[in-house]
Amino acid sequence: MTAHTATPPTTRPRPRLGGVLVYLSLIAAALVVLLPLGVVFLTSLKTSEEVADGGATSLPGDWLNFSNYVTAFSDGRMLTAFGNTAFILLFSITGTVIIGSMTAYAIDRFRFRAKKLVMALFLVATLVPAVTTQVATFQVVNSFGLFDTRWAPILLYMGTDIVSIYIFLQFIRSIPVSLDEAARLDGANAFTIYRRIILPMLKPAIATVVIIKGITVYNDFYIPFLYMPSQDLGTISTALFRFKGPFGAHWENISAGAILVIVPTLIVFLFLQRYIYNGFAQGATK
Amino acid sequence: MTETTDAVTARTATAGRRAAPGPPNRPGRRSAPRRLLPRITPWLFLLVPLALLVTFTYVPVANMVYYSFTDWDGVSPDRNFTGVDNYTQIFTRPELFRVFFVSFYYLAASVFQIAVALYFATVLSFDLRFRNLFKGILFFPYLINGVAIGFVFLYFFQDGGTLDSVLGWFGAGTDHAWLGDPASANTSLAGVSVWRFTGLNFVLFLGAIQSIPGELYEAAQLDGASRWQQFRHIIAPSIKPVVSLSIILAISGSLSVFEIPYIMTGGATGTSTFVIQTVKLAFQFNKTGLASAAAVVLLLIILLITWIQRRLVPDEKVDLV
Repeated sequence: MTAHTATPPTTRPRPRLGGVLVYLSLIAAALVVLLPLGVVFLTSLKTSEEVADGGATSLPGDWLNFSNYVTAFSDGRMLTAFGNTAFILLFSITGTVIIGSMTAYAIDRFRFRAKKLVMALFLVATLVPAVTTQVATFQVVNSFGLFDTRWAPILLYMGTDIVSIYIFLQFIRSIPVSLDEAARLDGANAFTIYRRIILPMLKPAIATVVIIKGITVYNDFYIPFLYMPSQDLGTISTALFRFKGPFGAHWENISAGAILVIVPTLIVFLFLQRYIYNGFAQGATK
Repeated sequence: MTETTDAVTARTATAGRRAAPGPPNRPGRRSAPRRLLPRITPWLFLLVPLALLVTFTYVPVANMVYYSFTDWDGVSPDRNFTGVDNYTQIFTRPELFRVFFVSFYYLAASVFQIAVALYFATVLSFDLRFRNLFKGILFFPYLINGVAIGFVFLYFFQDGGTLDSVLGWFGAGTDHAWLGDPASANTSLAGVSVWRFTGLNFVLFLGAIQSIPGELYEAAQLDGASRWQQFRHIIAPSIKPVVSLSIILAISGSLSVFEIPYIMTGGATGTSTFVIQTVKLAFQFNKTGLASAAAVVLLLIILLITWIQRRLVPDEKVDLV
């Protein structure tokens, strides 16, 4: 906890032991994170004989054995799954951005009588965890005839996202109202102001919402699992889940499937690291 | 950014030009529909969001409360009003109530998780070699798909799997079926949850620590404060709200665990949680009434915890106004 070797020059030199312990703890944590993933990666490159004979941490004989990936990709219906996930991502993210920014705009820029009530409605909704209400939500979705369609998750993701409203609201407050007023003097109506001034200024907030929402939707299991039982409507979560069934103990195939699902996340993370940290810090603390 | 701002000004300029030839907009001469429009404008923006909010949050909550007093199976047209019978069942049938105790494993795990996250956030908020690499490694699990994590750890905990091999390196080789008996299965699953969620707490704490102005540390160092004193008197007070938020998220999270145990054990060997049980009651055994009552109980508990937290830490920044 104590010393850090590379603190600003004002610090006095500190005993080395503390620094060593800090690095040891960091390396230990990194191993704890990477080991389970690394082993699954190794397994994904092994043949079924190698998995059966060798220990879990043994190395694969052929580092370029991608046949498990081919099996996972085709038998796991990963292409359909990626397609469905992309479809849901596209609509739910667009919807969330439009709905969230419109709500934030209306709440921040207008004075109307029921404003307090509307805000209370959104606020109280944050307290209701979605997992608890699914039994009843299911009946609502079903009554719209949306059960087992891709629109069920899309609507649910759009309709329950209050975090994005908070993010937009925080950001919209920092946009000077004088901009709106100038446009209004020029004859722009409320929608033009929203569309031509607010929305472009919200770009950084939109980036945050797109990232947070994107990762949430990509990883969500609960909603597609409950609302889209059809094989053809698998998202990457449910497709991977179902893939395990017929492949029971074929860990080389299951591992390949898991890695296939993780790799896109890893790529996005490596490219957008900074924005992702900021986004989650903003999103969760509202 | 500049490009769009230019577009905005250009656009508003044309809008202005277009508006110019029209009649001057004097306040005294507004007709009735003109006065109506500004009044309904906010509602035009709120129409869709409110409709979705009500349809997918408030209607379900209201229906759920109603179902919880009936014996509805979720399908048949007739449902009988049974009073508080469902609630009595939840609290008196031990096999239904037992799932609450599973939450304690996850609750204990989250205490550990918050402590670990706090330690690494403090350590990594100072300059350190490979700082960004460690940050990335610690946070990454949070972004991984839950099903993939479930499979990764199913393999990890397998008989003679990764964990057993690693323990073998240290001479502590066991042949333990980690997911085979309730105590070790729940501990293992709670461990997975620590692995998965520490990163989120870590990033939240890190963000809070980094928003502390640097001069504070400099001043403290000039005064000869040790690292521990800096942590105790500068860092700890300023991240209190985030820690308090994390504790609430941890408690409500521990009560509503679903994914990891469902994917890894399907709720077998005593690892069933409240949500797994509710989902099974509702969608496998068609006991919508009973499942609704269970969900209402969970909802009330979570609301109660949140309320207590708001009382204890009133300074939360949840201002919508």
